[in-house]
Amino acid sequence: MIFGQYFLEATYLIASCLFVMGLKSLSHPDTARRGMIMAAAGMAAALFGTLFHPDIHNYIWIIVGLVVGSAIGIPMAMVPMTAMPQRTALSHAFGALAASMVGLAEYVIHGGSLGPIKMGALGLEVMLGSLTVTGSLIAAGKLQEVIRGTPIMFKGQHFVNLGLFLGMITCFVLWMINPAAGVYFYTLVGLAFLFGVMLVIPIGSADMPVVMSLLNSYAGLSSAATGFVLGNNVLIIAGTLDGFSGFILSILMCRAMNRSITNVLFGGFGSVVATDTAVAGSMREVTLDDVAVQLAYANQVVFVPGYGMATAQAQHACRELGDLLEERGVSVKYGIHPVAGRMPGHMNVLLAEANVPYSSLYEMEQINPELATTDVAVVIGANDVVNPDARDNPKSPIAGMPIIEVDRAKSVVVLKRGKGKGFSGLENPLFFKPVTGMLYGDAKSSLTNLTQAVQKV
Amino acid sequence: MNLLLFQPMALIASWYLFAEEPAKGLSFNPAVLVASLYVFALAAFLGYQVISRVPPLLHTPLMSATNAISGISLIGSLVIAGSRYEHHQKLASALGCLAVTSAMINVTGGFLITDRMLKMFRKKEAVKAEEKK
Repeated sequence: MIFGQYFLEATYLIASCLFVMGLKSLSHPDTARRGMIMAAAGMAAALFGTLFHPDIHNYIWIIVGLVVGSAIGIPMAMVPMTAMPQRTALSHAFGALAASMVGLAEYVIHGGSLGPIKMGALGLEVMLGSLTVTGSLIAAGKLQEVIRGTPIMFKGQHFVNLGLFLGMITCFVLWMINPAAGVYFYTLVGLAFLFGVMLVIPIGSADMPVVMSLLNSYAGLSSAATGFVLGNNVLIIAGTLDGFSGFILSILMCRAMNRSITNVLFGGFGSVVATDTAVAGSMREVTLDDVAVQLAYANQVVFVPGYGMATAQAQHACRELGDLLEERGVSVKYGIHPVAGRMPGHMNVLLAEANVPYSSLYEMEQINPELATTDVAVVIGANDVVNPDARDNPKSPIAGMPIIEVDRAKSVVVLKRGKGKGFSGLENPLFFKPVTGMLYGDAKSSLTNLTQAVQKV
Repeated sequence: MNLLLFQPMALIASWYLFAEEPAKGLSFNPAVLVASLYVFALAAFLGYQVISRVPPLLHTPLMSATNAISGISLIGSLVIAGSRYEHHQKLASALGCLAVTSAMINVTGGFLITDRMLKMFRKKEAVKAEEKK
């Protein structure tokens, strides 16, 4: 090896170590920021080292790519926190696009001369990459509400999907047998693009945390496969870390909904409106002043946010109310369900943006034991994650899903836009319980009005 | 310090790869494949160990961070975009350029937004101190 080659590999080794250290630092919010700066330095080192790669002769396309990429990437980092799920879905699409373009280019350059192992990795890379590109774009479209958020289903969908899948496998096998036949390869790419679309359209917006994690994992694995094709370790390491992170997250998200990945992907959850769950009793509407008095004289108040808080952009109003209550000596906590919102950790980021210190944010397991001694639980735009049917009614479609048990609190206030059912179409018995009071209206203005009302108490 | 346990192994495995003749070896080489599989398996264990310790509080930054890190496919794209080929030069450069662009979007965007998010997670004292200013 020549000196330049050693230098290049050294930067890759440094980058790999820095990536791992960066991810390790994410185990605590105090160390996280410094760790990510280290990871970014690792990336810069690898980028800098590669610029001296002996095979590079022409820098025009590189500079164009770097400049255009930065010009799009930097504004994409400035989006409001409420748009995080869409943005993340888009970046999965870009990551996967990069991997599958590298694969395509490798095939265009080397044709069938790569050898069977690399060909296999290349096929996998391009297949996973391509389906992640279109799948993520559909997911982003659903989250941005460009595409209908409810599951899009049609008759024979499973057969179409199965057919597409078998088609991809067939093309893959035929191509492996005859690597020079580009037609199989390009058909494979086309089918993978189509499969990505078909995979995500039947999935409802509320299941997006799982889908996002899964796409994250696919994008990572396709990067790792790129590493196998190019014989490059840092690609394998970074891709595997990304792939595993997505894999672990999707398991955690599924567990938080008590459903299997197959059920999420093929269940079409939320498309059937359950009509047979007639709940006895009526919803009790409460007035703003009642709630304000309850809150002002409480010992402990727990806020339970859901996706409704994100859509109403109510996180700042929520924090203001929380601050005011704390000034009056009320203990204020935030209980966060793992699948609240549209991506893992969505609610935490929104509340942190509104200056809620992270010590006030509690995980489901931490907050549940405290609810019995809580005076008022305030549910802000959350529905299924507080539905007691999941615990009490074994026939419910969400039976067994762990919930935040707000109904154990002495009093529950539900902030809700209207009387309609939640996303899943399930009736929520919580709303009919005697301890529950409903406060209708836009969450943001309700919270702002509550703050004013508490000030007058 | 499980990390340290994994590192010597990863180093040995990577030495196998680096010892090979670079780039030109298009033909099948079992040693390279075996070393690559080692790296993959060890990285998978390491990933499991490291990532299962990230609290749910930081799951969104975790996702954007891993996204930024997997933008490392940038280095593969750079070589494709800048190399000289006998055939299909234009197509390869165009694909390479597209790959560089999309990887760079993830690298810059990913690291910036992760930092922006992590900046927001603060202790109670830090939040209070800022409000007093």
